[in-house]
Amino acid sequence: MSKADKAWDPGNPDRLYIVTKGCEDSNKAMVRLDLVTLIVARTETDPGLQPEHGTIVRMCDYPLSVAEISAYLTLPVSTVTVLLTDLLTRGLVEARPPARVAALPDVCLLEAVMHGLQNL
Amino acid sequence: MDYKTSDPHAGPRREDILPATTAAAVKVVVVGGFGVGKTTMVGTVSEIRPLTTEETMTQAGVGVDDVAGVEQKIETTVAMDFGRISINEQLVLYLFGTPGQERFWFLWDGLFEGALGAVVLLDTRRLEVSYEVVGILEERGVPFVVAVNAFPGAPVHPVSELRAAMDLPDCVPIFTCDARDRASCRDALMTLMRYLYDRAHKTPEPQ
Repeated sequence: MSKADKAWDPGNPDRLYIVTKGCEDSNKAMVRLDLVTLIVARTETDPGLQPEHGTIVRMCDYPLSVAEISAYLTLPVSTVTVLLTDLLTRGLVEARPPARVAALPDVCLLEAVMHGLQNL
Repeated sequence: MDYKTSDPHAGPRREDILPATTAAAVKVVVVGGFGVGKTTMVGTVSEIRPLTTEETMTQAGVGVDDVAGVEQKIETTVAMDFGRISINEQLVLYLFGTPGQERFWFLWDGLFEGALGAVVLLDTRRLEVSYEVVGILEERGVPFVVAVNAFPGAPVHPVSELRAAMDLPDCVPIFTCDARDRASCRDALMTLMRYLYDRAHKTPEPQ
């Protein structure tokens, strides 16, 4: 049985509210964050940052997807998205959007993926 | 839920760090019913120890003891496992093993949006589960291939019968797969990519 199938723990909404300072307005996001948008820090971490912000900046020394940040912080993606939006607004991290996949993905992209899988 | 956000060392292990040159990511979703082997498949091909992302869901509480007029809300957490495969220095592939119940899929905003495609894992002991799964993918226009996870003791059906039972068009690949075997899982992903490649070639350019 997979962990995903049985996880039904009650959450802790108060904590999530505090972490995001009650700011759920993701409309202000300059870039739409996907689960696989890659986040990279632009600066060294600053001791003045809120702990969650500081941790994100520190762990994004090298590119990391939104999903991975959520997993390492054990915070829901929706909460991480709010935190990342703050960091993006302040120019502390940059976002690398996912490869564009149209109704028909680019043949070169598919060739690259197939080549990579062959080496697996 | 166990929050560890105050842990200043949270983050990837040294060996799990992506190169700084990684410019973009693509995603593939593994879908299928409860206990069909989605997490196993993700873990088998992932280059990192599979990770879990969680999302919370608010539900109206169901109970007979509710004070009249006061709606009780319950926060629940649903988890989704995922893994990663580095394609080259610029590109990385993420593989998401969706939660077993389809109603949870849409907790993750845009999980299917922008996905290259999906691998439907099929358990021949519970074919009916896959009908719904396939229906949702078709509805959302997500291209998919069907991998029959060979469970010991599960009924063995010829692929043609499964195709007919699931009402799959001839062009959609259906094949057997062992979610515990790395080469077999890699082949499943490869079949999906070849299918997408053929579609990209066959479909005429819009006028």
